Amino acid sequence: MTGMIAAASSGTADASYFARAERREAWSFALLALPGLVVIGLLLIVPVGWLFVLSFIGKDGGVSLENYARLAQPVYVITFVTTFQIAGIVTLGSILLGYPVAYLLSQLSPRAAAICMIFVILPFWTSVLVRTYAWLVLLQRRGLINSWLVSLGIINEPIPLVNNFIGTTIGMLHVLLPFMILPLYSSMKTIDGDYLKAASSCGASPMRAFWDVFFPLSRPGLFAGTVLVFILSLGFYLTPALLGGGRVSMWSMQIATNVSTYSNWGAASALGVLLLVVTIAILAALNKVFRVDKLYGGR
Amino acid sequence: MLTAAASATQIRHYQRLWLYGLCALIFTFLIVPCVLIVPMSFSASNYLEFPPRAWSLRWYREFFDSAEWMDALWLSLRVAGLTTLIATPIGTAAAYGLSQMPERLTKPLRMSFLLPMIVPNILVAIGVFFVFARLGLNNTVTGLVLVGIMLALPFVLVTVSSGLQSFDGNLERAARSLGATRLQAFLTVTVPQIKSSIAAGALFAFVAAFDEVVIALYISSGENSTLPRRMFANIRDQVDPLVAAVSSVLVVASIVLLLIVQIAKRPEKGAAR
Repeated sequence: MTGMIAAASSGTADASYFARAERREAWSFALLALPGLVVIGLLLIVPVGWLFVLSFIGKDGGVSLENYARLAQPVYVITFVTTFQIAGIVTLGSILLGYPVAYLLSQLSPRAAAICMIFVILPFWTSVLVRTYAWLVLLQRRGLINSWLVSLGIINEPIPLVNNFIGTTIGMLHVLLPFMILPLYSSMKTIDGDYLKAASSCGASPMRAFWDVFFPLSRPGLFAGTVLVFILSLGFYLTPALLGGGRVSMWSMQIATNVSTYSNWGAASALGVLLLVVTIAILAALNKVFRVDKLYGGR
Repeated sequence: MLTAAASATQIRHYQRLWLYGLCALIFTFLIVPCVLIVPMSFSASNYLEFPPRAWSLRWYREFFDSAEWMDALWLSLRVAGLTTLIATPIGTAAAYGLSQMPERLTKPLRMSFLLPMIVPNILVAIGVFFVFARLGLNNTVTGLVLVGIMLALPFVLVTVSSGLQSFDGNLERAARSLGATRLQAFLTVTVPQIKSSIAAGALFAFVAAFDEVVIALYISSGENSTLPRRMFANIRDQVDPLVAAVSSVLVVASIVLLLIVQIAKRPEKGAAR
């Protein structure tokens, strides 16, 4: 672990001495992480903790569960249903679009893969705001998509593609797709091509080799991407706020409205705490299966 | 038998045409919104149209001549720059500290550093707004930089940690056995080896702070609006080609950044994955 211990490890000294020294050193290394932890503590834990406390304070200033009881009202139930619907559709869509792309990237030569990767990385680097705006423009009534659909004769007159459920879903799918492709690609890249050759030489058809060998080996990446896209969808604010046109009520927007329109901090914080609990519960369930910190590090 | 099996594994290009076609469509879906903005921004019209009927630079002129927009751009650059200067050393120190600790101790610490990526932005936004209101930090550069650092830390930590993973710790031990102090060994041996990871982390920090908009909606307004904050308001209130011009500038900037990363990554393959 450390130079001192490595140098003295052949000695006969008391092992517990080194264990103690190692522990001491570990704590001094923890000090290096302290400034960062303080920043996260003060700017994340304290504000969110404050909201947590706030969510249990009723109108009369006493401790109460009224903020949570109110979440059973139909308006919130509709929000929850819409949020899970959109998150589900976006996640499914990103699997259907992301898997073939990641598969292709993993099969190409490194050079070709690097070139194709630009199509994934450039959107990933472009600000979410810019991309959302682009979809607003593309999907509007006289936008490119509508005029194409009309000129191709698929529709007779422009259909509303934005300021509704469809627009929100398309925009979110576009923003979140790279979060599916990148972990999928990094797990597919590690799959040894010899396994597939072995499967073929044992008589498997290419289809069979794919489903019985390749697909199971790509599952960790698929799993990571799915969870990442799903939890990011649950708490997404920007794209639904701009592409939903006020008609799509997602969880995060309900939080924002309660603060900015009604100044109802109790309701907003209860909604926020519940959103956080759901997000963490999903991650914790996943953590049982594999390490969540790898999920973020594996990008 | 063997030759038959070997040729069966050779998937021919034409058998994969459907895959290439499908992926070409998906790539189009991914890339078109990022680049289509650029031609639209040269429109002479008051409305967004594609293709524009007449070309002009008027929206760029409007952007660069507007004191409000320039103030917003300058503010965002300052916030992102300060964030990078502070978050990069803090994040690098944390990544190094964690890399030297036994794994069972680091797992909860690493998770805490990832919290800013996990906790939904809107929740952080209203919480920070609530706390900043009591501290008088709303609408200040300090407040924006503090939030920027918090958001940037996970990016720096993840990037630098992956650089440290491929760094051979024995090099540092060798330096120390030759009399270097821990700090000397770190600065003269370790840092040069992981410098492209640190640079990538710094770039991520800059982009994270520059692009932040959800929290800025709450803690920045009026004269102290960041560029994304002003863009958001503009998009919501009127869809004119001015934001297309701003967006084009940002798209070109992200392409340049991407190229810089690609070039910087080359000498140290694998380390800055």
